Amino acid sequence: MVHEILFIIFGLICVAGAVNLLVQRHPIHSALSLVLVMASLALIYLLLGAEFVAAIQVIVYAGAIMVLFVFVIMLLNAGAEEHSPGSKIALLMGVPGVIVFGCLVGWIMIHTSTQLGGVRINPSDFGDTHNIARLLFRDFLLPFEITSVLILIAIMGAVVLGRRQN
Amino acid sequence: MVPLSWYLILSAILFCLGVFGFLLKRNIITIFMSIELMLNAVNLTFVAFANYWSEHGLKLALSGHVFVFFVMVVAAAEAAVGLAIIIAVFRTRETLNVDRVNLLKL
Repeated sequence: MVHEILFIIFGLICVAGAVNLLVQRHPIHSALSLVLVMASLALIYLLLGAEFVAAIQVIVYAGAIMVLFVFVIMLLNAGAEEHSPGSKIALLMGVPGVIVFGCLVGWIMIHTSTQLGGVRINPSDFGDTHNIARLLFRDFLLPFEITSVLILIAIMGAVVLGRRQN
Repeated sequence: MVPLSWYLILSAILFCLGVFGFLLKRNIITIFMSIELMLNAVNLTFVAFANYWSEHGLKLALSGHVFVFFVMVVAAAEAAVGLAIIIAVFRTRETLNVDRVNLLKL
C-alpha cells in the first residue's frame, strides 16, 4: 500500500514538473522544473529497487547535465521565449499524432494490466553497485570501453565548436 | 505492489510531454531539454522492465540497468556537444529562436 502511495506522489510530481517545463516561458524556469522531474524520477527508480541508477540519475543528470544547461542559459543571458508562429505541420499533424499515440499506449496498458502483473521492491540485492559492476565490466566490457572513446570525441567536439573563430 | 502498466503509462505521459515540448517550444534550449525529458521517459521503461523480468527469473534482467547507464553516458556527450552548437549558433545569429535559425548559411 505504501508502495502505491509513494509511486502516485512521485509520479504526480514528475508529471507536474514536465507540464511546468512546457508552460514556463523563461528557459531557466524550464530547467529548474526539469531538475524536479529528474529528482522525482530518481525516487521512482529507488521504488523499483534500482539504487545505482537512482544515484547516477541524481549525480549525472540532475547534477552534471542540468548544471551545464543552467550555465549555458546564464552565459547566453537568454530572456523569455519569443512568440512566433512556428510550423503549421507540427501543429496540425504532430500534436494530434502525439495525442493519439499517448491514448493508444494508455488504452493498451490499461487493458493488459492484469496480464502484465506487478512490480515490487526486490528484497535481494538486485540493483546494487556490486551486481551492476560485475555485469558492466565483464559482459559489457567492450561497449563500456567504446563509450570512453565516444566521451573523448564529444569533449573534442565541444572544444572545437565552442572555440571563437577568428 | 504497483502494476507494471502504471510505470509504462507514466513513461508514456512523460514521453508525450517531451514530444509536445519539442514541437511547440520555440527556444532552442527548451527544445533540447524536451529531448532530455524523452530520454528520461525511456530510461524509466528500461528500469521498470528490468525489475519486472528479474521477478520472472530472467538471468540477464539487470542489463536493463546497464543500458540506462549507457543512455546516460550518451546523453551527457550529447548535452556537451549540443550546448556547444547552441553557443556557436548564438554567436553568429544573436538569437535562440529556432524560427530565425532556418538557414545553414548566413
